[in-house]
Amino acid sequence: MDQNDKMNYKHYNKFYDHLDFMKQRNLFFTISAALIILGIVSLFIFKLNLGIDFSSGTRVDVQSTQPISVEKVDKAFRAMNYDPERPVLSGTHNNIATVRLNKELNHNQIAELKSKIKDQFGSEPNVSTVSPQVGRDLAKNGLYALIIASVFIIIYVWVRFEFLQGLTAVLALIHDAFFIVTVFSLLHIEVDILFISAILTIIGYSINDTIVTFDRVRENIKMSRKRLYTIEEFGDIVNLSIRETLTRSLNTVITVLIPVVLLLIFGSESIRTFTIALFVGLLCGVYSSICIACPLWAVLKVNYLKRRKRRRTVSTQPQN
Amino acid sequence: MVKKGPIFSFFALLIVLGIIIAFSVKPIIHNVNLGLDLKGGFEVLYQVKPLKSGQKIDSEAMSNAVASINKRINVLGVSEPNISIENGNRIRVQLPGVKNEQRARELLSTTAKLEFRDYKDRLMMDGSDLVPGKAKVAFDDMNKPKVTLQLKDPSKFASVTKKITSYYPNNMLVIWMDYQKGDSYEKEAAKNKHKFISAPSVSQELNTADVEISGNFTVQEANDLKDLLNSGSLPVRLVETYSTSVGAQFGQDSMKETIYAGAIAVAAIMLFMLLFYRLGGLIASLTLVIYMAVVMGVFVGMQAVLTLPGIAAMILGIGMAVDANIITLERIKDELRGGKTVLSAFKAGNKRSLPTVVDANLTTIIAAAVLFILGVSAVKGFAVMLLISNVVTFVTSVYGARILLGLLVHSHALDNHPWLFGVKRSDIRGSK
Repeated sequence: MDQNDKMNYKHYNKFYDHLDFMKQRNLFFTISAALIILGIVSLFIFKLNLGIDFSSGTRVDVQSTQPISVEKVDKAFRAMNYDPERPVLSGTHNNIATVRLNKELNHNQIAELKSKIKDQFGSEPNVSTVSPQVGRDLAKNGLYALIIASVFIIIYVWVRFEFLQGLTAVLALIHDAFFIVTVFSLLHIEVDILFISAILTIIGYSINDTIVTFDRVRENIKMSRKRLYTIEEFGDIVNLSIRETLTRSLNTVITVLIPVVLLLIFGSESIRTFTIALFVGLLCGVYSSICIACPLWAVLKVNYLKRRKRRRTVSTQPQN
Repeated sequence: MVKKGPIFSFFALLIVLGIIIAFSVKPIIHNVNLGLDLKGGFEVLYQVKPLKSGQKIDSEAMSNAVASINKRINVLGVSEPNISIENGNRIRVQLPGVKNEQRARELLSTTAKLEFRDYKDRLMMDGSDLVPGKAKVAFDDMNKPKVTLQLKDPSKFASVTKKITSYYPNNMLVIWMDYQKGDSYEKEAAKNKHKFISAPSVSQELNTADVEISGNFTVQEANDLKDLLNSGSLPVRLVETYSTSVGAQFGQDSMKETIYAGAIAVAAIMLFMLLFYRLGGLIASLTLVIYMAVVMGVFVGMQAVLTLPGIAAMILGIGMAVDANIITLERIKDELRGGKTVLSAFKAGNKRSLPTVVDANLTTIIAAAVLFILGVSAVKGFAVMLLISNVVTFVTSVYGARILLGLLVHSHALDNHPWLFGVKRSDIRGSK
């Protein structure tokens, strides 16, 4: 494909002509900044609802063939001298109740609990216990994984593209990961071990989306064959690139959202937090790579070029 | 002019692939190792602690402990146990499909240290005096089970029994399993349920190598005791720090629900691709079927354990595999709209989409690899599937789709039919 091709026809749906992503950039930046502040405030006020995986205690999932009432579960546990937090119902007919106890049970207590619950509700419950040490290690481990993955991704994008694009891509993905945390904090959804997997998957996707768009930016800059300086010039390239990749970005997020939404509706209770995190993350990921990453990169790039120019003029002055 | 050769090859290739997949479905399904979250069972994470003060928990001690646990699991007859060392001093044991959880837990964590002590809890003999592997179950006159042992040195037993006899009336030889500091015969004897196994009275010196223990055993308890003694005592102390158990019904329901969701998702994705990319979508759907078969085949071939997060990763992988198709097909559409012929649009589209697909997939592979290296249990299962999915995507959705579509394109049957790729004639440059 040569330059003439590019100039004479449009690669994309005519409808996208009306979308000016650069013009609205301050609106997008404001929205995202507001969301981040909301997240920080929410973390201070509501904190995160850490599941026993990350703290300690016992979690019991009671399953029955009929709908379960909270009172019945509560009574059953109190009859065994436990002090459960309020049971949470789930399942298609409210036939699953999840109970959290603050203490770790030993294996004799678990055996007793299981047989009693089975007698009352019909099937054997799931029982998990975690000691504080293991919970702490798991959280630490997850955080390390997140940091290490981010560092490697920055290095990769830096090598394949340029540093500023690597930086904005990672800023966008941190934005996405933090947004998931915000939603979980606000809605008080329990965070379990699969939450980390979900966040890492979103990081993979978010970066994926961002890179496809940056790929187009890189190509369009090469194609335009002139030196770009102003925000308007970069803005045109960014807008063109986003419009050209928009169908792909939307179609991809649709094909990935399809399974996630279906897992959310029909899938197992045990991976519910995982699918909620993915759902939120995917929506945020497509938003951030289109509305945040590219415009932000253009702004940073223009700033950088201006600063460099100024520095050059300053450093060349004495000789003049 | 339409060439018949490539079209023939296209269908021949499809039929061959179809037959291979049809024949491999059954063995693949039969050989899938289901994790305990799908078939029920339990998982324990043990912290390994020294048995005696001064004992070091090094890698040798850890592998000895794992070997002992392995022997005991064989006693339980669990088909696909999974034992792994974590953090240097923890052992994770996963027993999918185990029936009697309580028994399994007890068998696993007991140190199985057999000791013979006097009434004042002084150690007289221990497991090291037994001939290894000679414990047996026998029945007494009342048809009650007992466990018989063989000693290495009859004369030692003679001197022990002589001493015990001299303590009359406290002439009991107390047989302990997992005696711990602070345990005492006097305290336990007063209780209804003793911690020691039995405390027979010895009234004469016994110069024999054969010893029998007759507690109030059930047949299974006697058998378990025999197996524990034969598989040797545990060289370390195991403390449960994490455990989770999944009811069998729970597991089956989870699997059914998740697979059901997955099946609908696959159908919906295929429909979406067909509507949006027409022939390109059909090829993408075909490669998706091949993709699923290959991913499952590789997964089973690696003898990896399929868990719920693994199924989720596979369903997500489908979305990502389709993404590779979408990137390529969008490029081909671009080229068609630019006025290229189907053949050159196909070539240019493939060439120019490849770097994008590579960059996009490699970043996900980086994330998956980090998860695989650092993650434990559930996270690891997810990462394995994500890694396999990403690698297989290159084979099926990039090259597979390219070969299949290429055959049709090269037959020239698609020439002048850009609508087959979902491109309207009016969108093509130069058209009116």
